[in-house]
Amino acid sequence: MDKVFPRIPSGCAISGIMNKKGKRIPGTDIIKSIALMHDRSNGLGGGFAAYGIYPEFKDHYALHVFYDSLNDRVTAEDFINEHFNVDTSELIHTRKVKSITNPPLIWRYFVQPKKNRLLNSELTEDEYVVRCVMKINSSYKGAYIFSSGKNMGAFKGVGFPEDIGEFYRLEEYQGYIWTAHGRFPTNTPGWWGGAHPFTLLDWSIVHNGEISSYHANARFLEMFGYKCTLQTDTEAITYIFDYLMRKQGLPLELAIAVVAAPLWKEIDRMDTGRRELYRALRTAYSSLLINGPFSIILGTANGMVALNDRIKLRSLAAATKGDFLYVASEESAIREICPDPENIWIPRGGEPVIGMLEGVNSIL
Amino acid sequence: MSLDYTTPEFLIERNRDRCIDCKVCVNQCANEAHIYDEEEKRVVSDDIKCVNCHRCVALCPTRALTVRRYPLEYRQNAGWTAHDINSIYRQAASGGILLTGMGTDRNYPIFWDHLLLNASQVTNPSIDPLREPMELKTFLGRKPDSLKIENGRLAEKLPPQLELEVPVMFGAMSFGSVSLNVQKSLARAAAESGTFFNTGEGGLHRDLYRYGGSAIVQVASGRFGVYSEYLNAGAAVEIKIGQGAKPGIGGHLPGEKVGREVSLTRMIPEGSDAISPAPHHDIYSIEDLGQLIYSLKEATNYQKPVSVKIAAVHNVAAIASGIARAGADIITIDGLRGGTGATPLRTRDNVGIPIELALAAVDSRLREEGIRHRVSLVVAGSIRNSADIVKAVALGADAVYIGSAALISLGCHMCQKCYTGKCNWGIATQDPNLVKRLNPDIGAQRATNLLRAWSLEIKELLGGMGINALESLRGNRLMLRGVGLSEKELQILGVKAAGE
Repeated sequence: MDKVFPRIPSGCAISGIMNKKGKRIPGTDIIKSIALMHDRSNGLGGGFAAYGIYPEFKDHYALHVFYDSLNDRVTAEDFINEHFNVDTSELIHTRKVKSITNPPLIWRYFVQPKKNRLLNSELTEDEYVVRCVMKINSSYKGAYIFSSGKNMGAFKGVGFPEDIGEFYRLEEYQGYIWTAHGRFPTNTPGWWGGAHPFTLLDWSIVHNGEISSYHANARFLEMFGYKCTLQTDTEAITYIFDYLMRKQGLPLELAIAVVAAPLWKEIDRMDTGRRELYRALRTAYSSLLINGPFSIILGTANGMVALNDRIKLRSLAAATKGDFLYVASEESAIREICPDPENIWIPRGGEPVIGMLEGVNSIL
Repeated sequence: MSLDYTTPEFLIERNRDRCIDCKVCVNQCANEAHIYDEEEKRVVSDDIKCVNCHRCVALCPTRALTVRRYPLEYRQNAGWTAHDINSIYRQAASGGILLTGMGTDRNYPIFWDHLLLNASQVTNPSIDPLREPMELKTFLGRKPDSLKIENGRLAEKLPPQLELEVPVMFGAMSFGSVSLNVQKSLARAAAESGTFFNTGEGGLHRDLYRYGGSAIVQVASGRFGVYSEYLNAGAAVEIKIGQGAKPGIGGHLPGEKVGREVSLTRMIPEGSDAISPAPHHDIYSIEDLGQLIYSLKEATNYQKPVSVKIAAVHNVAAIASGIARAGADIITIDGLRGGTGATPLRTRDNVGIPIELALAAVDSRLREEGIRHRVSLVVAGSIRNSADIVKAVALGADAVYIGSAALISLGCHMCQKCYTGKCNWGIATQDPNLVKRLNPDIGAQRATNLLRAWSLEIKELLGGMGINALESLRGNRLMLRGVGLSEKELQILGVKAAGE
């Protein structure tokens, strides 16, 4: 498994559905929605993130892992067993699909950190898991953890997204948030880990765009222990949100004010208190401004956020009906599964669409 | 003529069909290369006095004058060049150190010219700065490790920052080494353009206190003109440790340049030599630097960022790391090709390393140590155009200082004779007759124009890369590719080769 490959510019399709009451629905709708945007991807990558799918294991971290070979699995499992109590270890059930060729071994573990190791590490549980995931992904050849959250999971691979959905039998899973991604890379990634979504703990990100600030962002993040091994924009964006919200403790709207910062002339028009805050945010975190075109859907256990770059260089539409919130690269992909939405709109650049579960007051 | 074996460097050609013997050249040349022969009733020239500053050429009303390199050629010898031979003649005659001005003219590699910028094609859009907002605003100063926010309000103010509308400042050039009209021009241009000028080590003339908000006041080893009012007049304080054109040595302003105004500003007796020691005699180690940094912060009530300026020397990355940890808010690095008003020739031409390599090494080192955000990096030393600036920012700089480029905008013709005090353009001189040749109104306008032109060009280059805020370019080395560089140079610069 060649985990480090050059940056591949790519165009994409994204779609997301959530039910704010937490009602779970099968993966059928999200597959239908992303499939409509077939022409926005080219068969070289597709994937999904689903929340609420493992209620029976909701206190365990669900690790989804790609292995090149049995040997790689044995080696990596030594590490996993050393650091975690493994409740369940199983092959993820897949279905043979004609267009999906040469998949890696795909395993799932439900784990909890070993108490004594966690205590000795003096880390929070989440940070402990992050470090273990980064260790496997950067140091274990032929093993790659592509999902590590609780009661959620990513499913991705090389292929058109609708075929990937069929391959993973997503109609059998029930989730209250679903996001999807179809990829149009300009050369062959050849590696399943390179597909989207990209996840870290409960975070998942699907992303359309090619950010021009990539190396400025990545080199800043590397100062704080993040290893941008994939060299993908999506990986960097995930780490940016993790750094701003989990490590720096910023609320969502202020994290957004960093990544899709208002223009200085807008900040200058704000009232004194707000102006001072926004100036400080742009000054202190200037290296985390995400520049260039992007539309992203960020998923967490508590909700979903869709966001465009600040001058809207990528398409993004949003709609609501009843308890459902829909976002997608194209309005048609929403109407495909929700023909008569109550509200449908095109969010402005830098203006987030935030969907939160009822009863929670923060996206984290 | 004399018997000191020196020969002219330049040949003055006077087109006799055009010359009307009007004596403009005679009056303009402080070096007395043009003389009016009373007997012959015509103007003649003495090539050996010519420094090729172009003043006479530019002002000759009939365009009668040409100056070119003197065609005298020694017998070909790859080892002993004319420069080597002439240097020995001069030293054998004088017994002294060779002096010179401006940055080195030796053929060291210029890495800016081996770095190429990226542009967007298809997969992401380039941005048209004429239609879309394009932001160059830059803040220099220490950034906190985290922000303290309570109830949606900033609970702890940011450390003091310099706010720049363009990432270009005017580098340190002291009153004494340059004329007051130069400082007036640059101070006004800085205020007009939303950036800063640096006083250099000669204090702040009383006429310039009104531009204090646009000034970075320097504290150098001689402490000339330093007192509490001076420190608090500026927007920031800079401790000058070293200078790219003369790393490891101090400075010497000869007494003949210390007239009344310079004397008042530097706070030294009129006519006395102003000698800056090579080291600060209160800084013999890094912990001493920390003490001076905090003394200056105390003196300015923690209201001003403190910069430390060093020359780019071999161990610059480790030194910069120490400076950051000693409490500096800004680190300024001046490279091998950096300019000066006067320096020993051998020091200028042989000491230090190119700014590009120093910048890359320092930025990488500070990032490895996780402290890059705590300091701002300003680089200086032969920034020639807007593309150099864009490349510097991509390598990791927050902003740049320009010295030579600023002076060229005021009329400097790079003749390298700043140390003689006979600058015909009114720049590096205290002679009142020469000083008045530089009109500060016009100078301010020209320097402002230069910054405006460069900021337009920077915006074009940024837009081409699909970037609409300068901070997204800072340290974004994937936007650079190297051509004609060795593997090792690419590694130090942290850039890929073109085609990779």
